Amino acid sequence: MKNRVLPVVPALTLLVMLGPVLAGLYGTVLPAFGHLPAGGLVGPNLDAFRALLDWPGLPRSVMLSLTTGIGTTVIALALVMLLVAGWSGTRAFRALERLLSPLLSVPHAAAAFGLAFLIAPSGWIARLLSPGITGWTNPPDWLIVQDPLGLTLMLGMVVKEMPFLLLMTLAALGQTDAARARAIASALGYGRTTGWLKTVFPRVYAQIRLPVYVVLAYGMSVVDVALILGPNTPPPLSVQIVRWMGEPDFTARLLASSAALLQLALVVGALLFWRLGEIIVATLGLRWITSGHRGASDAPLRIAALSAASIAALSILLGLVVLAVWSFSGFWSFPNALPDAFSLKTWMRQSTGVLDALGETALIAGSVTLLALILTIGCLEAEYRQRRNLTQRGLLLLYLPLLIPQTAFLPGLQSLLLNVGADIGRAPVMLAHLVFVLPYVFLSLADPFRAWDSRNASVAAALGASPDGILWRVRLPMLLRPVLTAVAVGLSVSVGQYLPTLLIGGGRVATLTTEAVALTSGGDRRAIAVWGLMQTGAALVPFALALIIPALVWRNRKGLSHG
Amino acid sequence: MDKGLTLDRIAVFKDGKPLVALDHHIAPGEVLSVMGPSGIGKSTLLSVVTGTLPRAFSFTGRVHLDGRDITDAAPQRRMVGILFQDDLLFPHLSVGANLAFGLRPGGSRAARQNRIEDALAEVDLAGFANRDPATLSGGQKARVALMRMLLAEPCALLLDEAFGRLDTALRAQVRDLVFARARSRALPVLMVTHDAQDAEAAGGEVVTLGT
Repeated sequence: MKNRVLPVVPALTLLVMLGPVLAGLYGTVLPAFGHLPAGGLVGPNLDAFRALLDWPGLPRSVMLSLTTGIGTTVIALALVMLLVAGWSGTRAFRALERLLSPLLSVPHAAAAFGLAFLIAPSGWIARLLSPGITGWTNPPDWLIVQDPLGLTLMLGMVVKEMPFLLLMTLAALGQTDAARARAIASALGYGRTTGWLKTVFPRVYAQIRLPVYVVLAYGMSVVDVALILGPNTPPPLSVQIVRWMGEPDFTARLLASSAALLQLALVVGALLFWRLGEIIVATLGLRWITSGHRGASDAPLRIAALSAASIAALSILLGLVVLAVWSFSGFWSFPNALPDAFSLKTWMRQSTGVLDALGETALIAGSVTLLALILTIGCLEAEYRQRRNLTQRGLLLLYLPLLIPQTAFLPGLQSLLLNVGADIGRAPVMLAHLVFVLPYVFLSLADPFRAWDSRNASVAAALGASPDGILWRVRLPMLLRPVLTAVAVGLSVSVGQYLPTLLIGGGRVATLTTEAVALTSGGDRRAIAVWGLMQTGAALVPFALALIIPALVWRNRKGLSHG
Repeated sequence: MDKGLTLDRIAVFKDGKPLVALDHHIAPGEVLSVMGPSGIGKSTLLSVVTGTLPRAFSFTGRVHLDGRDITDAAPQRRMVGILFQDDLLFPHLSVGANLAFGLRPGGSRAARQNRIEDALAEVDLAGFANRDPATLSGGQKARVALMRMLLAEPCALLLDEAFGRLDTALRAQVRDLVFARARSRALPVLMVTHDAQDAEAAGGEVVTLGT
């Protein structure tokens, strides 16, 4: 990278990250007001909004979107905070910590399938308890998965968002001196949980606020998990938007665009509501802190938090196990805990399709991650050479693509591409993936990159190395482990993308995720299991490599073995 | 049993190897100074009393406080106060809220506020309740940290190199204040330090480790 290129990299990064978002929002606004030249429709008018208001499912749809988003965020945040409050520094906590990376990298869709296969009336749990405990010889006629209130959807989201919030909390804890705060609180007579909540939580929350907002926005607008675990009649608003986008006639597209704007307004409203909640909690919290109450219910809270976290971790891991069992199962009659016969038939039958999709997935994920990595390193190196640090506002820009609901701007981006007659397909899909991959790669690499001891650069420069030479020959080799971790994060984010692939690919780009989710309606458990496992593998293998490669490359370099 | 803090044949081991040992009774209002170079295990000794001994260590012996055997009690139930080298005031709370955090629960808001004002006045910081701890000088922070600990009404006070970060002039002043407040409350004080002047100023018995 020449020095002439480097200074423009941050601007370029912002452009590729925020350009599609802004263009997409613009492309959503026009058809929402009846303007879609490609379909011969010319606005502006309010017909689409009238049609949206006339849709009988709207109140339920909006309600589901709100309850899923807010419920997921409140529950996941509360459980993670109580877990860290009651257990950080203990052996049980370290065990959960080690599971964090694999749990994080399991794609949302695969985790949702696994959960469905566990808790459905004919799922593994029912099979293990039947007929011995339950007395069932046939699966009961209960609507657990896709229940009308969306409770299973919320459960699935909580389980999958907890590892993300835990990771963010652990990163924030490093800057809060939590251990000594605990020593003081305990000398003043406070138990673990209460002491932590009163002394550390306020400081940690200030650091994880943006990730919490991301969970809220994502929970309100998630599509793939909602398709698998959420109700159908009506579905959450985001799913309905995608359905309308999939209909061939253009008025449905207008309807989808107006609903997308409503979705955006809902998310913005929910974020403002959450901010208000923060202020109320802060006021009440200060009163609680200064009341001097030492906390009497610490012990039950600790046990509840650890149990909930363990169940969440187990439900993802056991979900993968049950996917594996189903993928190799032959005939499997109901109350039996294991299949009556095992076979490779499903894997053989799906192999061609799976391998094609794996190739497409790898091509997209690899290219997008490479681009994201180059831009990220360019940004960080430019920041380092210009001695300018990312401001709070810059950080907000980085989070913007994660805070604006996908369903708000992706339909618009598709309409826009349609209007300009651009070919939808692989390249636009990659650009859409980049919007989501970039922030995660950046967030993953930024801290280790900045923490690098710059005296190494001074020494290298004194020995005659150029700035570029220092970057390539000293800094990046020393940062091999965090760079590979960032690559793994980027790959897993790309592998998990459903909506950008579906909408921008126009149904012509078939990745592991789009094909797996498409199988939901068919209900072929064996096929779903194969695709879900492959999807998980595609996300998980890079993480394993990110651990193994540095250990091999630096096997004779003790100073680098701890990253 | 006697009032005061008793370290009954305490011996601390690291990975099974003997580290430090101490057998002593500290009467109310008295100060025991434990001296020795850094790394000898002075702070580890204190963590036996507070109940926060790190996992790599183990110990034998019993700890009694005012006749109670607190050896196996949870840290927060021991009523043992401790001051560290750093003031460790919580940065997200005002000076007053830091003190309210230490003050035992109960009483109306007005009554609690009065007690906090009194506590501040006791260390010449009247009117500081709404200040941000970050705007205080080192000596002022140390005094707030002391009063926060005393408002929790401990039965013993431990000092873990508590004056190590203060410059010489301030050090003597804060030190005298801490000993005076502890004596007025008849608290047994266990101080670890590497500074002979601290031990001298304490006026009590001195145990030197590592000789």
